[in-house]
Amino acid sequence: MSVFFLRRILTLVATLVAASLIIFLVLDALPGNAAQMLMGADASPDAVRALTVKLGLDQPLAVRYLLWLKGMAVGDLGNSYVYGTPVAGLIAERLVLTIPLAIMSMLITVVLALAAGIYTAANHNKLGDVGVMSLTQVGIALPNFWFAILLILLFSVKLQLLSAGGFAGWDDGIWPGIRSLLLPSISLAVVQAAILARVTRSAVLEVLREDFVRTARAKGLGKREVLWRHVLRNAMIPVMTVMGLQFANLLAGTIVIENVFYLPGLGRLIFQSIANRDLIVVRNCVMLLAAMVVIVNFVVDVLYAFIDPRIKVANL
Amino acid sequence: MLRKLCVIAAAAALVAAPLPSLAQGKKDSVVMGMTLEPPGLDPTNAAAAAIAEVTLYNVYETLTKINEDGSVSPLLAESWRASADLKTYTFKLRKGVKFHNGEPFDSAAVKFSFDRAAAPTSTNKDKSLYQAFASVTAPDPETVVVALKYSEPNLPFLLGQASGSIVEPKSAPTDATQPVGTGPYTLGSWAKGSSITLVKWPDYRNAAAIKLAKVTIRFIGDPAAQVAALLSGDVDAFPRVGAARSLAQFKADPRFSVLIGGSKAKTIVGINERKKPLDDVRVRRAILAAIDRKAMIDGAVDGFGTPIGSFYTPGSVGYVDTTGINPYDPELAKKLLAEAGVKTPLELSLRLPPPAYARQGGEILAAQLAKVGIIAKIENVEWAQWLSQVFTGPHNYDLTIVSHVEPFDLVKLTEPDYYLGYKSEAFNALYQQIMATPDEAGRAKLLGDAQRMLATDAVAGFLFQPQWITIASKKLKGVWKEVPQFENDFSAWSWE
Repeated sequence: MSVFFLRRILTLVATLVAASLIIFLVLDALPGNAAQMLMGADASPDAVRALTVKLGLDQPLAVRYLLWLKGMAVGDLGNSYVYGTPVAGLIAERLVLTIPLAIMSMLITVVLALAAGIYTAANHNKLGDVGVMSLTQVGIALPNFWFAILLILLFSVKLQLLSAGGFAGWDDGIWPGIRSLLLPSISLAVVQAAILARVTRSAVLEVLREDFVRTARAKGLGKREVLWRHVLRNAMIPVMTVMGLQFANLLAGTIVIENVFYLPGLGRLIFQSIANRDLIVVRNCVMLLAAMVVIVNFVVDVLYAFIDPRIKVANL
Repeated sequence: MLRKLCVIAAAAALVAAPLPSLAQGKKDSVVMGMTLEPPGLDPTNAAAAAIAEVTLYNVYETLTKINEDGSVSPLLAESWRASADLKTYTFKLRKGVKFHNGEPFDSAAVKFSFDRAAAPTSTNKDKSLYQAFASVTAPDPETVVVALKYSEPNLPFLLGQASGSIVEPKSAPTDATQPVGTGPYTLGSWAKGSSITLVKWPDYRNAAAIKLAKVTIRFIGDPAAQVAALLSGDVDAFPRVGAARSLAQFKADPRFSVLIGGSKAKTIVGINERKKPLDDVRVRRAILAAIDRKAMIDGAVDGFGTPIGSFYTPGSVGYVDTTGINPYDPELAKKLLAEAGVKTPLELSLRLPPPAYARQGGEILAAQLAKVGIIAKIENVEWAQWLSQVFTGPHNYDLTIVSHVEPFDLVKLTEPDYYLGYKSEAFNALYQQIMATPDEAGRAKLLGDAQRMLATDAVAGFLFQPQWITIASKKLKGVWKEVPQFENDFSAWSWE
């Protein structure tokens, strides 16, 4: 087991170093420079040159890359070109929103998807199945930003129950924060839940056709008991895989929803930083996301082993 | 069923707790929306207009103040006097003013601020202006004398911009994150990416006149979200809002006042005169003759613009209407192209920066040019790319569309490296003459000549002066309609 972990960690570090090199080179190839971007079109050229030197952008490529690696090793990510404040602080401020948002959407997704998936599989080809499945088709086809606007129109503009956007933060307790993330997480969850429901349904249906299910039924177990005790556990592997992908996606891929609800999340930080050529922020964010995806995959792997002990044996 | 479930879940969650009052309720605070978040809060060190929108006249003050109508009045300077040749200005400073950190405001702070803006390491947007100061002297604590290398009739206006903010020497290096000025507000908190809160400074010299104790500025980039935030009452005011297409709705709603104001901005079709055949004035005039400004304004900015014929805006000193010099006339355009010996179809690149006026305007421009035999190949670029390839560096473009927001920037057209590539000895001489003319009437006449010269030379495709839309709660008073520069003067705001 420890050999397995050591090997995994070495692979992880190697992956991250390779990722850092690719991220750095790709971002460096982008046309446009941060100093000119910050100073704008009408600034004195002399002022732009002074800023280039101040930001350290006049140094050679290799030097800047090595300085970055060194910074990451000692936990100093440098200062944002735009805000002038530490990048680590900026990212931390965004994670306070992004991680709870991802978790809330994931919870809503899982509850809706498992309920719908299991219900439809259990009622295969009946009216309820057809009805719910056509709803999931609609859910997948719905652009989430459009659905978000509908939610805003209903809850904020019409009923004036929830604010149309913004993030209340966690300073005044947990409730205002959760409330401001409610509409965004629902908008995000609808599409994800529709996808996951379909995956769950087909996974459950597939397991239902297995021999052991017939055996279980033959030895006298009730339909419900077979479903909950034997089928679900076996059907969870593909569901977990998709959930892992969805969670990783929710950490960075929520930029459109962040814009609709003007939430200061990680996605928007990356987007704004690319537009501002605040590349020091971009590369650290992308690096963080790469690390998170690797970690989420790792967690999913561990969960596989938990669901199906045979996987652990195979890995050893 | 899924959607129904969502609605039920949301509704259930709502029952659990009452909604805290957001924007309305308290009458000594305001929530204002803003499209872009400022990068730091030192307007003397970075260029973004968003910095001025938060800090100018609120956190920092300048010697002079630019008013809503573009006129200039005293602020930190009580009065000033210009020499006859407009090269030396003597400012008398207001007495008894303090900075937020308790340090006194005096001529030494002014000299420090101006010298800092001119220093080699300075990143002030208007560094060239401060480098044109031959000397800044402080004969006594209440007097500052600025001697310029050339005549500058607009100095009082230029010093009223955010880049002329007076900073306190000891705290200046950290102004970007902990701003220290002499204004009525100090920085309360800044949730990066979300909002900035300014709080009233109790020791302000005229604190009793400041009505709002707290101003929260929220950053909302998406136009649809801006509209929703106003409609739901999340924000009380939104200057320069992206709501052109929802205007009817706001006008019909008794809760809002809709203010539409002019600017000093000029939206133009940039023509690269370094390239053939665009160096030929006939070809440029052909391009201008192909442009229907009315259709352009309707399509690019939903009708919110005033046509202009030169690099100057209505309402400024000496403005003359030059839109008649290059009228819309496709037949003339074809004739001019033939005269210049240009084989049609002529293929030109059209590189467009991200704002909607450029992207939408670009489509219309391409369609209009196609009618006279010019094929404009549209290429959408990011700002960073536009700046490094079109505006500076290789000037790699034929046509572009951009809005120049700086007031009084005729000087740009005298700079040989400017992206338009306009080179005219006659114009340069005329510009020098304008700057050296002390009386306003004489200057106004010469400014008229300059506008006509630029129009006749078809230096660019002059399109329109954009208008800005401000939407605010009807009960909120003091919000500016006109936009001589990007700023929000919270000291004048109050609830009815």
